[in-house]
Order: sequence, then structure tokens, then C-alpha cells
Amino acid sequence: MSAISVSQLCKSYDGRQAVNELSFEVEKGETFALLGPNGAGKTTTIEILEGYRKADSGSISVLGLNPQTDGAELKRRTGLVLQTTALEPELTIWETISAFARLYERPRNIQTVLVDVNLAHLRDNRVGNLSGGQKRRLEIALGIVGDPELIFLDEPTTGLDPEARRKIWTLIQSLNANGCTIVLSSHYMDEVQALANHMAIMVDGQIAAEGPPRELQRQHCTHSTIRFDVGDKLPHGFPAKLVADTVVLDGHAELVAEDPTAILSVLSLWSHDTGYDLSSISVTRQSLEDIYLQLVSQRQGNPQGGPP
Amino acid sequence: MMLIQEAIHQLRLFTRRPAAVFFVVAMPLVLLIVLTQLFGNEKIQGLGLNTAQFYTPALAVFGVVMACFTYLAVSTATARDLGILKRVRGTPMPPWIYICARIIAVSVIAFASLMLVIATGALAFGVEIIWERAPAAAVVAVAGAMCFASLGMMVTALFRSSETVQAASSAAIMPLAFVSDIFVRPSAETSEWVPLIGNLFPLRHFSIAFQRAFDYAYEGNGFALPDAEGIVYSILPHLGVMAIWGIGAAVVATRYFRWEARAI
Repeated sequence: MSAISVSQLCKSYDGRQAVNELSFEVEKGETFALLGPNGAGKTTTIEILEGYRKADSGSISVLGLNPQTDGAELKRRTGLVLQTTALEPELTIWETISAFARLYERPRNIQTVLVDVNLAHLRDNRVGNLSGGQKRRLEIALGIVGDPELIFLDEPTTGLDPEARRKIWTLIQSLNANGCTIVLSSHYMDEVQALANHMAIMVDGQIAAEGPPRELQRQHCTHSTIRFDVGDKLPHGFPAKLVADTVVLDGHAELVAEDPTAILSVLSLWSHDTGYDLSSISVTRQSLEDIYLQLVSQRQGNPQGGPP
Repeated sequence: MMLIQEAIHQLRLFTRRPAAVFFVVAMPLVLLIVLTQLFGNEKIQGLGLNTAQFYTPALAVFGVVMACFTYLAVSTATARDLGILKRVRGTPMPPWIYICARIIAVSVIAFASLMLVIATGALAFGVEIIWERAPAAAVVAVAGAMCFASLGMMVTALFRSSETVQAASSAAIMPLAFVSDIFVRPSAETSEWVPLIGNLFPLRHFSIAFQRAFDYAYEGNGFALPDAEGIVYSILPHLGVMAIWGIGAAVVATRYFRWEARAI
């Protein structure tokens, strides 16, 4: 059975369509990531799943429950990390997490949770004195202390330095390894590739591409770019059969191909025969990041935002 | 059980906020000492009371209002600004438990502040306590606490940010305190409309009903119906006014209360 099932979900604010006919499934035990730029509808989608917002239309099932009518049951079985930090600065870490633990029927051991999020040594520190990364880890601790089956992480690492992000990644990976289903949203492709086994790229309230990251890479990252320095135009005697496909830009020549090997062999032969210096040559396979940026710019250039 | 634990949690938060502790607990006490020293603890002209006998119950009421109205409104609005109310809604705690726990916590703070003022008045300034009126005074204190907690939640519901809630609650309480026999008492020279305006609002009813429990000019234990001459101590009409305001405010608060700082 799916942990989450969303079908034809729509939500608009003041006439602006925030989420438009969104459909996806999250299997139990998965780490599912919603990737998209600001304003793509990620938080709206997550907050509808959490029960904070009501969808205009569409059907939603979270752990087999309806977030609007089964809110109490859902809140016992899910954990949340909201997009913005919400902590009482006057309390210590221990007091903060104890106050949450007592709200759940079978909370996890507080000390164990603190060790998991690497905050045990700071347990008596005031929350107001913590760094951004420590606060975020504390919020993750609050999200997991109720021993949830499913946890929502809305941009868990936005605004943090690289080391703090790595620590949170490790934490999320260990949560998933313990069987918890994870739904996370992110701006960062590297984060999604590191954590998710199922991802959806969201742009303008719709899913632009969806699947396991490897699968998306296989489907979309089909081309390589060959690039080398040439000055302001192609040199005399450049292989005639490549001229039509070669673009000169800012002192580089670029060739794009699905399979670069044939072109490379022609180029290396030509270099060998004429002595032309090709030491600047590079071959780059498209990355998922490129695909993501391409999808975002395509969609955002289209104000209609998809089919009517 | 969850209710009591959450109320204790809210009390702990209060004790970690020195500014709040000062305004709610220390300020009424400071005012009592300052005003008693300023005017001398002698019989007030035209009244059968000395200064401390008047100011002790008046400032006890002021402390209750600072806790149940001002602190409740501002701390709830601040928690909303910080996203804490929204986060709490994402836990299994029923929303009504959270709100009731906050109200219980401020009521406990109000009670502590009130007892401190009365004990100081009695021990340091010779304020006499009329024990047969203690039950009536207790009823008034509880009714006042509930009425002003309800008004505090209404202010939080009607204003969006903690800054505006702070401004609105101060703007409401400070002028009212002057026409409600808390800082000053109307004298022979005071215009007649001053107490009339005061009587429209719940604060004067709270303060008068509580003060008369300490005033020998009145008779009875407070639970009798009022008489034509106005000699009998009766809390009933004052409770009525507080009930109307309290219930009205609760209705408005319930209707407009928001758990999130800004609607998207």
C-alpha cells in the first residue's frame, strides 16, 4: 500500500494557481523528494498533506487517512519539520524535546533521539544560543520523537552551511534506514540525489519530471558536450563533416552529441595530423542539475503554466 | 494530565522572561510601595480608607489584568509570530488543551501576583482584611481573571503581530486604569462622566467589586442584592458586566483566532 496517494490536487490563492492537478504516489519506506524553485508549490503541497491547508479539489490519502477529517489520528502517526524554524528560545534543548515527547503515546527515548541528532552534549543549552544547523537538528528531533511512520521535512537544509547540511543528510539517511517514510522538499539537486530514491521536479504547481533519480538521469541526460579553445573562429582545415554541428562561442568550440566517441576520434585524428593543440578539450555529460534548470526555465518562460 | 503538564510548561516559559515577570508580578508591588510612600499612609480625604487600604486591592486587580490580559495577549501573539502556534497544531495535542493551558498558567500567575500585593499590604502597611468578604473577593478575582483572559485572546485574534497586540493592549488598559479607580479615585472635583465612561468597561467593575471587599463603608459579605442607597456590598451587578464582556470577547476570539502569523 502507498504511504501517500495524491490525485488531481488543485489549490489556488487569490486566483493564483499554486498547485495544479498534481498527482503522485509515495511508497512506504521511500524517501520522496519534491524539488523545485521558490513558489513552485512544494510547501503548499506538503502543508495540504500535513493537514494545515485544505485542497480546492482532488483526492489525498496519507497513511490511508484524509488529512482534513482524520487530523488527530494523522498527527499521532506523522512527524513534521516545517519550513521556518519555530522554537521557544527561552527553553533548553532537553526541555523543548521533553515538552514534545509527552504529547505522543509511545515516544522514543529522549536521550537516544538527542544522540541521533548529535545534540546530546548540548542538552542543557538554551535554544536561543544555538546555531542555525543545531536548531534545525533539534527540529528534526521534535519531528521524530513521537516515533512517526512518516515524516515531512520542508526544506530541511535551506540556509545552512555545507557541513551542517551534511550532518542533516546523514541523519535523514539513518531515519530512512530505520524504515521511516520520508517526504522532503528542497531547492538543491545534490541534496535530492544524495537522499531520495524517488523524486519529482515541481515547477509552477505541476510535476515536470518524476521517477528515481537514476532513471531520470538515464531518460533525460542523453547528451554530452565537447568543448575546446579555438579563438574567434574555427581553424583552417577543421574537419569538414563537423563544421555544420560546431558552434563557436566566447573563444570555445562546442559540439553536442548523444555519443561523443565518433566525434572525438575525428577530432583526435585531425589534431594528430595537423598538430593543432587540443589540450583544452573537455567532454561533459548533462547532469540532472542541467535538466532541472532547463525544465525550470522552460516552464517559467511559459506563463500559462501547462495545459488548461 | 496533558492540560496540567502544558500549563506547567507555560509557567516555566513565564519564569524565563524577566520583563514579563517584572511587569506582571513586580510592578503592582512597586506601585503599591511608591504610591503609599508618595501620599503617606493616611486617611484619604472624603473616604474612610487610608492610602494602602485603597491601593492594595486596586493594584491587586491591576496585577491580575497584567497577567490575564496583557501577558496572555502578547505572549500568545509572540508565539504565533515565532510559528510556535502553527507547530503545536502539527502535534497530537488538541488545540483547546493548548489554549486552556495558557489561560490556566496566566491565572496561576495572576493569583500569585494578587496574593503578593495583598500580603505586602497587610504585613507592611497594616491593610485590614475583612474575612467574611473573602469568598466574594475570590469570586470576583476568578471572574475578573476569566473576563480579562477572554479579552486578551480577543486582542490576539483581532491584531496580527505581537507589536500591534502589545500596542493595542497597552492603549486599552492604561487610559482605562485611570477611569477605573485603580491609579486614582474620583474626587469631588472629578467630572461626572469619568466614572460613567469607566462603568461601560469591565475594568472598573472588576476593581470596584474587589476594592469594596476591603472597604468598611459598605456592609454585608458581597453576595446580597444591591440596595437603593448603595450601602450594601454587592458583587452581582459587577459580575454581570464582566460576564457580558467576557462572553462577548470569547465569541469574537473564537471566530477570528488564527494559528498562523500570516495567511498565504
